[in-house]
Amino acid sequence: MVPLSWYVILSAGLFCVGLFGVLTRRNAVAILLGVELMLNAVNVNLAAFWRYGDNVNVMTGQVFAIIVFAVAAAEVAVGLALVISVYRRRNTVVAEEVDLLKW
Amino acid sequence: MTIQQVIFLLVALATLGSALKVVTTGNLVRAALWLVATLFFVAVIYALLNAGFLAVVQVVIYIGAIAILFIFAVMLTRSDQRDRGPQHNRGWWVGALVALLAFAALLVVLVGSGQFARLAPELPEGFDAVALLGDALISADAYVLPFEVASVLLLAALVGAVYVAFSRR
Repeated sequence: MVPLSWYVILSAGLFCVGLFGVLTRRNAVAILLGVELMLNAVNVNLAAFWRYGDNVNVMTGQVFAIIVFAVAAAEVAVGLALVISVYRRRNTVVAEEVDLLKW
Repeated sequence: MTIQQVIFLLVALATLGSALKVVTTGNLVRAALWLVATLFFVAVIYALLNAGFLAVVQVVIYIGAIAILFIFAVMLTRSDQRDRGPQHNRGWWVGALVALLAFAALLVVLVGSGQFARLAPELPEGFDAVALLGDALISADAYVLPFEVASVLLLAALVGAVYVAFSRR
């Protein structure tokens, strides 16, 4: 049997790889790719805690994961729409060149 | 080391390797394809966890819809002069440091929890996770309210995305 800690370590690693992508990428689409990795890491955690919890008949972990799926889909739709809108007006997708709100 | 552990280790290494390719590959179309690989390996992880419905939803929604949406966005915002510049900002090592520190902190919390070697309980005879999940999603004393709120959220995101990306010309 695989101990719970292996899943949690995998999830932590995936989360930190995504965090690295979010913090360092210049392209806004690539930043959203990193956010997807982080959301997936959270979902792995939720599924693992459901399976390793005391009562597998309580489906809270999986229900949470499905809500995260829905939120991720909404986030990607709005985020990519913003990126396309910015690209259309400023002709760039590099995050640091979009400084309209910079004072 | 049992066969399950070997399978888990192989899938976990493939997941982390393709995730690293997602954040380091310069060509964004390739990065999106590496994301598809990562999502597929995560679906395998769900299958290993007996969460069959999540594995299927992962393939259908994440790979089938979200990853394709990413590839569309890359194609729509492509401009060749941007692809050749550096893909990471100047302070990338700070980001790497923060990510490593976050990983170390998560490991410390995990070790401190004392659940390091916890094993999964045996599944009961005739256990049907999909039926239980469906019951939990639509029964009034469980999660029907978050389920309906999620549908409203998706509708709002749909309208918002159309409005934001709409071209007035």
